[in-house]
Amino acid sequence: MTGPLPRRGVLAGLAALVVAGCSRIAASGPGASLLGAVEGWNRGLHDWLGRRTSLAREFSLEDISPTFRGNGTVAPDGAFYRHHRDTGFRLWTLTVTGLVERPLALTLDQLRAMPQRTQITRHDCVEGWSAIGQWSGVPLTHILHLAGLKPEARYIVFRCADTMGDAPYYESIDLIDAFHPQTLVAHSLNGAPLPVENGAPLRMRIERQLGYKHAKYVHTVEAVASLAGIGRGKGGYWEDRAGYQWYAGI
Amino acid sequence: MNRHALSTRLWHWANAVCLVVLFLSGLNISNAHPWLYWGHWGFAPEQAWLHLPRFPGWMTIPGHYSLAGARLWHLFVAWPFAVGLLLFMLAALVNGHFRRDLALRRGEWRWQAIRADVAEHLRGHFAREGAKFNLLQKLAYGLVIFLALPLMILTGLAMSPGMDANWPVLVDLFGGRQSARSLHFLTAWGLAGFLLLHLVLVLLSGPGRQVRDMITGGRV
Repeated sequence: MTGPLPRRGVLAGLAALVVAGCSRIAASGPGASLLGAVEGWNRGLHDWLGRRTSLAREFSLEDISPTFRGNGTVAPDGAFYRHHRDTGFRLWTLTVTGLVERPLALTLDQLRAMPQRTQITRHDCVEGWSAIGQWSGVPLTHILHLAGLKPEARYIVFRCADTMGDAPYYESIDLIDAFHPQTLVAHSLNGAPLPVENGAPLRMRIERQLGYKHAKYVHTVEAVASLAGIGRGKGGYWEDRAGYQWYAGI
Repeated sequence: MNRHALSTRLWHWANAVCLVVLFLSGLNISNAHPWLYWGHWGFAPEQAWLHLPRFPGWMTIPGHYSLAGARLWHLFVAWPFAVGLLLFMLAALVNGHFRRDLALRRGEWRWQAIRADVAEHLRGHFAREGAKFNLLQKLAYGLVIFLALPLMILTGLAMSPGMDANWPVLVDLFGGRQSARSLHFLTAWGLAGFLLLHLVLVLLSGPGRQVRDMITGGRV
């Protein structure tokens, strides 16, 4: 080797080359579909390495983090939500609709009178952070049994009262997660009613998946046969817009 | 006999591509939340043990901030990376590469031998009589193959909430998901450091022959 190489420049150039190459691959048709197939592989690996029905770890009281970070929408706008917030959510109802035998409209008092579950779990955001909190609420499985799913139902969609940009937030899960014992319609965090930033008055707990699946400000639970035709068809607000994976167990 | 077995050569280049893509897409993911914590939880800068810089677009995949895009690349290339490492390890066990070239001999652990090795290295003499690798090379390659690369896979899996539910031992191994995330980041930079050192040493020891042999196999 003669003379000093501008090593930093060479490395930066190589990195830029790889970055540009990857961008072209991702933009191509086969490249995009290959990258899209990865979600299925990862979900398959999870099914193979373990059971989708196993329980997420539950922590003890002393493990709870001092606060619980709110993320995404932390103060929903709009007259509908503001009205309910200002009246203490007394008239908030959870509508259970879609492919069910008996559509329901449940008040918060009715939900609190149902069988309850309390769990202290770790919440993992797709961004990388984690917080631990104690959640109380009604197992979704109880509500679905009351409503009675029709045989063609395949997914449960959660519709939310917060609008981000142009559209209301929504999320969806399959029936394995819907009937999972830790999947809650939660009304309390750390023993108190949900704060607004954490989804008051009702939010989902989909333990074992990332935070964006845990829809907040939930007003409707809808059973559907297909996710096509809901939002832009990918099963969730962020799935539709940013390309986040619908299966968020990884 | 070839200097490098075919399985070693295939893995070397495939792994190099995987590591570069994983590292650059990982830097994009890091930009989503540039703070590191120890333990099970952590979500605010004041809880962090390390505040990370924002990595610029020329060194991230994709070249602009996209957590979703970076995750697609990262979780895709993780497959050939992990499967490739497993296949290479099996091949190196079967063809004797580990036993012949990487296993430490008793004599190498003597203080004098170590000192002599280090002194030779500093003088720029890397070849060692009668063996493929000297002690420092064995340690470096051994640490990367048996510790750093498996650690990347395990700490990566430990960050997955779906895996954690089935394999809580993954989280316990590292003392929490945020600890696993910190170790993932540190080990990634350790591997980047190894790559840099590896490139410098190749440049100092006849890069033309080194690269050619890693492609064609070379002669012993």
